[in-house]
Amino acid sequence: MNNKQRYSGLSRLNPFLLSFSLCLVMVAGGFISPAAHAQYGDIVLNNYSDKSGVRPVIFPHWFHRIRYSCKACHSDIGFPFKAGGSKVNMLNIINGEYCGACHNGEIAWSVENCDLCHSAKPHTPTQVIRSNVLKVPKK
Amino acid sequence: MKNAFQTIFLLTLILITGNHVSTAMGADNPNAFNRLFIPPKDRDTSIKNDGIHDPATPGLNLLQEPSSAFKPLATSPAGNGVDWVKALNKGQIKPIYDYRDSKKEALPVDMNIVMEVKGSMPNVLFPHKQHTEILECANCHDAIFTPKKGANPMSMADIMLGKKCGICHGSVAFPVTECRRCHSQNKHIKNKK
Repeated sequence: MNNKQRYSGLSRLNPFLLSFSLCLVMVAGGFISPAAHAQYGDIVLNNYSDKSGVRPVIFPHWFHRIRYSCKACHSDIGFPFKAGGSKVNMLNIINGEYCGACHNGEIAWSVENCDLCHSAKPHTPTQVIRSNVLKVPKK
Repeated sequence: MKNAFQTIFLLTLILITGNHVSTAMGADNPNAFNRLFIPPKDRDTSIKNDGIHDPATPGLNLLQEPSSAFKPLATSPAGNGVDWVKALNKGQIKPIYDYRDSKKEALPVDMNIVMEVKGSMPNVLFPHKQHTEILECANCHDAIFTPKKGANPMSMADIMLGKKCGICHGSVAFPVTECRRCHSQNKHIKNKK
């Protein structure tokens, strides 16, 4: 009996190829799914983005927290403590209100860099990412 | 021919099983045991696959990855994984306090408010110092908190519904899973014999 007869079936396949394709299939099958976890405190703003046909905005609290105190935006510039509560639109920003107070090309990037802010998946609703706040359904 | 058939059959079986197992493990299971818990290995997802950024956005490469920004900062087990108060006190971050005058500095008020808790949890110590380093009085007073001791009764339910402390703690500041960071004043209870 030669080797070819003793070993049949799957064991005849190149073992490397087999384990590689097994892993591939496991990922495809959902065994190992890459976790998708946005950063805590990111705000998605979508008051007007969907209606205007642009991607919603993602505001990262962490990036701004490193550079400014809470007071600088929530007192001095006037942002309320509520996702989407400022109802800011592009006209406000161009006029130097809200985001435009810094995103004017002098303190931070200017308003021409659309995609750096408008980078969320389309139709993501206005929300605080990974917020623990519970919502009571309205009756 | 027979070997190919065996292989395809086995791979299909794994595919189907994989879907079932991952569902039970919580990939999309709404009743997973630790529904909100993110294992440490999954906490530093890149901006490109974090679930909210659209990977097709042009210029996404220009945005900074949070993990690289957090590397030099003091760590915390919750929220961003950064202990912002420690980072501020150690000088790792130097946030500008005032939008109009970048030289202006915060005037922290060092005043602790102890709030007695009805149940057996340790009492809450609210430290004005850490809050007034980054906020000013008007951010909370009087709209959110009445500036009078005992005038702000609240429950964990209120906080979890986003009222009072829950306006920030649970959305942008450390979440309420960090019990002892607020409930830090042990009650003095005599042992009954």
